[in-house]
Amino acid sequence: MSEVLKEAVISARALTKDYDGMQAVKGIDFDVVKAECFGFLGPNGAGKTTTLNMVQGYSPLTSGALTVFGYDIIKDPRRIKARIGVVPQENNLDPDLTVLENLRIYARYFDIPKKEAVERAMHLLEFMSLTDKKDERITKLSGGMKRRLMVARALINDPELIILDEPTTGLDPQARHLIWQRLRGLRKEGRTMLLTTHYMEEAAQLCDRLMIMDGGRILAEGSPASLVERYAKGEVVEFRIPDSGPDEVLGCLAGLAFEYEVSGDTMFIFADDGEALLKKASCFLAGGFIHRRATLEDVFLKLTGRELRE
Amino acid sequence: MKGIFKTPRVGRRAIKVWQRNRDAWFKFYKASLVGNLGEPLLFLVAFGLGLSKFIGNVDGMPYINFIAPGLVVASVMNASSFECTFGSFTRMSSQKTYDAIMVTPVNIEEVAAGDILWGASKGFISAMIILPVLVAFGLMDSPWLIVSPLLFLLEGLMFAAMALIVTSFTPSYDYYAYYFSLVVSPMFFFSGIFFPLSAMPAWVAKAAWFFPLTHAVNVARALSSGNVSASILWDILWMLVFTFAASWVAVNSIKRRLVK
Repeated sequence: MSEVLKEAVISARALTKDYDGMQAVKGIDFDVVKAECFGFLGPNGAGKTTTLNMVQGYSPLTSGALTVFGYDIIKDPRRIKARIGVVPQENNLDPDLTVLENLRIYARYFDIPKKEAVERAMHLLEFMSLTDKKDERITKLSGGMKRRLMVARALINDPELIILDEPTTGLDPQARHLIWQRLRGLRKEGRTMLLTTHYMEEAAQLCDRLMIMDGGRILAEGSPASLVERYAKGEVVEFRIPDSGPDEVLGCLAGLAFEYEVSGDTMFIFADDGEALLKKASCFLAGGFIHRRATLEDVFLKLTGRELRE
Repeated sequence: MKGIFKTPRVGRRAIKVWQRNRDAWFKFYKASLVGNLGEPLLFLVAFGLGLSKFIGNVDGMPYINFIAPGLVVASVMNASSFECTFGSFTRMSSQKTYDAIMVTPVNIEEVAAGDILWGASKGFISAMIILPVLVAFGLMDSPWLIVSPLLFLLEGLMFAAMALIVTSFTPSYDYYAYYFSLVVSPMFFFSGIFFPLSAMPAWVAKAAWFFPLTHAVNVARALSSGNVSASILWDILWMLVFTFAASWVAVNSIKRRLVK
């Protein structure tokens, strides 16, 4: 076994999952190593959440092999679950209880003694900037506070692996940035993180390595920067397609090394050489254009297509 | 129905689920205590006092004394059934409390078992509030009452498990109306609480043997009147077997519903 594999916190081989006669995950392989943040990126229905559910022992695998901390998820789920913290896509805080009670009672599921549970809970509330809300009922919290409390709750057992399913979906930018800061802090402490997102910015902010998924398969894997380098050219211009159609623009660009994409009323031109691209600006200047560096979003859309997902 | 006969993996962690429910209940238990007392006393006053004048003695005791033990076990049935229908369904679906616990070292079978234990506790609490009131009114005074808490626990487990089976299948709260009107209410009226089954047509008495509540009423009446005979051992055995089977099915069926 190689050095990297020895350090693998999660190791999946030929992992599949069938749901109601449909295959949601179609035989994927991946390894997550210690202290890295690994992201699943993909449109709705890509199989991200299904994969997470298998890793956290919530839903059984249909076939393949999955080990976490070297233990088989089928044979040793309790041992694994004791060492992971989970933030699911939907908040499931206990509305009958206060903020502090939510943490204290959750600690009990991990056999943490009461005194220690309260100490840890107070520390985590401080960490997630919720100390002054400790006696508040859950229904009184804002969306951002609830999400922060979900993260705090996931940390109550001091987990080595944190699994987050769309940690900041639906939050305002302030709340999102606070959660990102905290998650980066946790990774610095040497915790391993596995997350799903469809925010490219989130993936770029947090993840060391990404896996782009669609239709239950892995389309690409690598660091955010390497994916941009591999799948999208360095610079992009995007503009509305003139009434005369895209052909005229393409003819005008002759002599430039580029790739292009047409989506609805918008055209994207990708080129490694940004300066050469701008020299051709007259070709699409008429309607106004946006010139920017290629991002993860370009990679994502290129790999998963632009059609709408339900 | 696959997996319904599998041995459930239930361990000590079920207690943690029971503790969670207890802690949540303690936040508004006062309102629920008064509710527990209200209905049985209402029946006792309406039927007991109202009908006593016309009926006289039943099975050698005043009518109000005859119905009192049945009303106690009926309150256990109601409290445990409510807890593991509406209460459990809320925790399972809208609150997603089950989901939150399932990703900890507590497994789904223990979540279901903890809910059955809690449902039984609610029935137990309900009976233990009413019983002293009835004793204070002089409606029961047998020394056998000392062991009645064991009956309430067993009966609570029985109805909690039954209710949780219903919860494992119900698509929404609306379907509980069927369970309560087609199962719980008929039991309330035809399990020998208000009239001796011997006074009913033979087929009713035979059908009543299949009602879990009938056996609880038999035992409760024996304990409260002091007319304890070996026949209640059969009632207890009936309840033990039924409770074991129902709990087994309930735990596996909740798992079947939630583990996808």
